[in-house]
Amino acid sequence: MATVDLQQLRKTYNSVEIIKGIDLTVRDQELTVFVGPSGCGKSTLLRMIAGLEEITSGELLIDGQRVNEVPAAKRGLALVFQSYALYPHMTVAENMSFSLKLAGVSKAEREAKVMEAARILHLEPLLDRKPKELSGGQRQRVAIGRAIVRHPRLFLFDEPLSNLDAALRVRMRQELTKLHRELKATMIYVTHDQVEAMTMADRIVVLQAGVVEQVGTPMELYQHPKNLFVAGFIGSPRMNFLTAIVVSVSDARVALELTDGTVIHASLPASAVSVGHTITLGIRPEHIRLSATGSIGAQVQLVERLGSESYVYVQANSGEVLTVRVSGEVNVAPEEKVRLAPDSDFLHLFDAIGQRIS
Amino acid sequence: MTTAQANTAEALGLQQRSSSPRARLLTLPAVVLLLLWSVLPLIVTLWFSFRRYNLMNPGHTGFDGLGNYRYLFSDPGLGMAVWNTVLLLGSVLVITIGVGTLIALLLDQEFYGRGFARVLMLAPFFVMPTVSALLWKNMMMHPDNGFLAFLMRSVGLKPIDWFAVAPLTSIIIIVSWEWLPFAVLTLLTAIQSLDAERKEAARMDGAGPIAMFRYIIWPHLGRAVAATTMIETIFILGIFAEIYVTSSGGPGFASTNLSFLIYRYVLMEYDIGGAAVAGLLAIVLANVLAFFLLRSFARNLDT
Repeated sequence: MATVDLQQLRKTYNSVEIIKGIDLTVRDQELTVFVGPSGCGKSTLLRMIAGLEEITSGELLIDGQRVNEVPAAKRGLALVFQSYALYPHMTVAENMSFSLKLAGVSKAEREAKVMEAARILHLEPLLDRKPKELSGGQRQRVAIGRAIVRHPRLFLFDEPLSNLDAALRVRMRQELTKLHRELKATMIYVTHDQVEAMTMADRIVVLQAGVVEQVGTPMELYQHPKNLFVAGFIGSPRMNFLTAIVVSVSDARVALELTDGTVIHASLPASAVSVGHTITLGIRPEHIRLSATGSIGAQVQLVERLGSESYVYVQANSGEVLTVRVSGEVNVAPEEKVRLAPDSDFLHLFDAIGQRIS
Repeated sequence: MTTAQANTAEALGLQQRSSSPRARLLTLPAVVLLLLWSVLPLIVTLWFSFRRYNLMNPGHTGFDGLGNYRYLFSDPGLGMAVWNTVLLLGSVLVITIGVGTLIALLLDQEFYGRGFARVLMLAPFFVMPTVSALLWKNMMMHPDNGFLAFLMRSVGLKPIDWFAVAPLTSIIIIVSWEWLPFAVLTLLTAIQSLDAERKEAARMDGAGPIAMFRYIIWPHLGRAVAATTMIETIFILGIFAEIYVTSSGGPGFASTNLSFLIYRYVLMEYDIGGAAVAGLLAIVLANVLAFFLLRSFARNLDT
């Protein structure tokens, strides 16, 4: 239904640059998630696309047409707000048909469209209620319904699930993903929650301080984070980082020495690093095993048991605190001395400025 | 709702507790104070309304039956006073809320010197009614020296002697000027409390400025309008100073409202009995108006 192109998009508030030149293409029928810590500019970027914020410079193209100056209502988009922003004095049906009413659509057609959206979202029994008589999840659905009735080219979601409780959030996440498949719509979804990003997205855009850090599918980002920021941000619990020095380089293997003298081997083309470089070694919690023959010595600090698995927080002899994911059956206790075996096939190496070495 | 509440209260044993003798005893001081404060004056007024009681004729007292009532209801001034009271209230409400909404919308916009404009807008509220009425009488509406007369002369019109030609209109203008700041203040606060995302949602839905006001802002103002109406009603029903210092209720009864009529009975004719009846009538009128106003706004108060 729509593609969105951002070309060197910038936004400045009182001479402070919030969005620092973003180039991005949102592909047709994809669910693209903008994710990043609070204050990274993801919501601002969404609001610029929506037309609620002016674009300081750069080009915004929807379906190849420049829409920088097109007013919000004429861009053919629908935005679902974090607070839902329902109209409290209108019924659910009136809320959903408000945009059609303003556009002068006939009453019969309005009703038909509302009924269609209500059917998709299972809102039929609630059409005559006022928003205050609805639960959080129902309000959320009405807000989405308000977007659906307009048949927009592009759906925008601004942290729509952050006001819901955890269980409902998981359910709405699935419903939204299903809805995306049913409607075959192009969607941009903003969230600070990397779990939402990983589970829902076709492609993820990781933003930090107004700059795109990486764009890719969830698994690309997970398996090949381009830099330390993405590596730390994507994945839960987050990736472990260890400082190391390159001590020897042979064909496709490098030997890395941790600060306590432990040596770890990693497979890497020799050309990427040279002896003496300080690098950061990243290992995800699931790629470390507790093993009597492991190379890294550590002491257990805390064990979080989730049932099926446990997270063991350990302090390595080099001083860094690491997270290790183990099966729920593994028995370890705080204060216990353990040895850790990192899986050398899944090591991530980053250079001194935090860029991935590959 | 009330039955549900009662049921819950019963279930919790609250009802029993609240009606225990000791609980009643504890509320006694408040109840007694309330009686002394509001019910006693009412009873005294009722008592006087059936008495022959004129300060010019202090010896001639006694029970008068419905005499005072008969006298008051045959007074041609009464009908005018009631009508003037209602007209004054209605006009001031419409003007202050109508114009007040427009000004509040204006003051909500971003513009240079907005803070100063807001302070200026509120200034009339701090002027005492007597003073502001005198200001209007002598500086704005005076047929020779007034500013309005100057304006009219400067465009070649004959100045109006406001208090002679349109006494009630003049008072409506003065009272509206006094109460406009209050309306602006409450309405502006209400406008500012409107959720920014809701306005943005309406903007995305294609609402222009007029649709935005009609469908989003005005419904949101319901509570503020209701509150403003109630509070203004309480004060404007009893407008006295503005009439006293400008038109003295005249010419004839043209600008006499109920409270000024009561004053006329007591301090111009020294008729306490007649004034008591007029006072009772004022209470009835206030209650009737309050009932209708409350009912028409009850729907708004719900949202």
